[in-house]
Amino acid sequence: MSKIQRGVSLYSFQEELFLGRMSVEDCVAFASSIGANGIEILPEQNMPEFPNVTDADVARWQDMLARHGAHFTCYDMFLDTKLRKDSLLSDDEQVDSIVRDIKLASRLGIRNMRVLVFVRPDILARCVPFAEQYDVHLGVEVHAPWHLEHAWILRTIEEADRLGTRHLGILPDMGIFMKHYPPAFRARFERQGARPEVAQFIVDQHEAKIMCEYTIYEVAVKMGGNKAEVAMAETLRHAPFANPKRIGDYAPYFRHIQAKFYEMNEDCTDPAIAYDEVIPELVKCGWEGTLSSEYEGNRWIQDVHEVDSREQVRRQHVMFERLISQAEAKYGAKETV
Amino acid sequence: MFDKYLIDPATVRNTGPADAPTGFAFEAKLGYYRGLTLSMIEELAVTLDGTELPRDALQFDEGAGPIALDAMETAYDRRWAFGTPATILVSHPGGLGTGEHKLGLRQKLRVSYLPFPAFNTDEKTVSAA
Repeated sequence: MSKIQRGVSLYSFQEELFLGRMSVEDCVAFASSIGANGIEILPEQNMPEFPNVTDADVARWQDMLARHGAHFTCYDMFLDTKLRKDSLLSDDEQVDSIVRDIKLASRLGIRNMRVLVFVRPDILARCVPFAEQYDVHLGVEVHAPWHLEHAWILRTIEEADRLGTRHLGILPDMGIFMKHYPPAFRARFERQGARPEVAQFIVDQHEAKIMCEYTIYEVAVKMGGNKAEVAMAETLRHAPFANPKRIGDYAPYFRHIQAKFYEMNEDCTDPAIAYDEVIPELVKCGWEGTLSSEYEGNRWIQDVHEVDSREQVRRQHVMFERLISQAEAKYGAKETV
Repeated sequence: MFDKYLIDPATVRNTGPADAPTGFAFEAKLGYYRGLTLSMIEELAVTLDGTELPRDALQFDEGAGPIALDAMETAYDRRWAFGTPATILVSHPGGLGTGEHKLGLRQKLRVSYLPFPAFNTDEKTVSAA
């Protein structure tokens, strides 16, 4: 059996869930039907009773997952530091909020937590004893425009090393490996009035990996870009292509991956995110964990198309199966990192 | 991310006596991929035919009873759940009046991980049922 498990974040079905066209059970049943039976949950999205989740609620979820041969993989936490209008949460209040989430994750039988990237490393250090006690890994989300070697991310890794803990680390979001500009982005900006030649310029600049500020200045000032064109250029600030070859160095610090994507081609390839470079690196280093689909394309197409999150997720998993088996054939099964 | 789905035009109705409406009401969803404690809903602004109605004419009810927007700022124990309609009640003597109207809604959210407030807007053509 592969060390890389496949799963889905319920975030992927936000369009259908928001509109009441799918229930969470529909999502879980679908995920299981494509062999992606690891379920990542956003309690603040998927549990209307949050934060007052009863034991009966927990039992209901576990029964439902069991009915579909599924299991929880990850708990996506939030931290409302701006709960009050006039003052930020104190450090003690921030720790209390995270510990509340650690305890709920534990009650749900979840051992990975996606920590929002803005949470301070020193706050997380104070949470580590609870993470160890409840056996929940705190993974700081490495989300674009941050990337694996961003100094802010390295602070968490240094904190984990300093504490000598296996319960603090990172949780990469694959949006950091945006090798090509997503066609879905471009198409929406063109619908909003971006001229095709300007859109092509932006795509070419991204393809050439030219630092975004040059492109933004070119478009906004020299080309007299309109609102849609400037907005499109500004997306480049959030479109890094981190080096997949460094994945092995950081693999000991993560156990779960948010497999972000915006759109899959009909032939089950991703036009933007370099999974074809990422997955071989994961296999090569013997990484063990879950690739958890995070479809985020709805907002880019909903102005003109019906959103079909199931079909998008299905295509991504066809790609995962193909890339994992190809990489395993090439590199063989390695010992766990 | 969900702007075009915020206002449910089928729910727009006058409130108060049928022959002398005192206002109108409609259902709306929170334009965010998770639920939020009410204190972080910084602003709900309703426009009618392009004119913004006074903040103190609005009340919000997610199911726990109508609450004024000023009181929402400290409503730390109430949440607007994901994908769940809440009722927005507007005090507006005479109600909507006959015919079609443009009803707008703007939501300003205090999302802790964003450096700036998040805004959602929707506008629908409606008439009072």
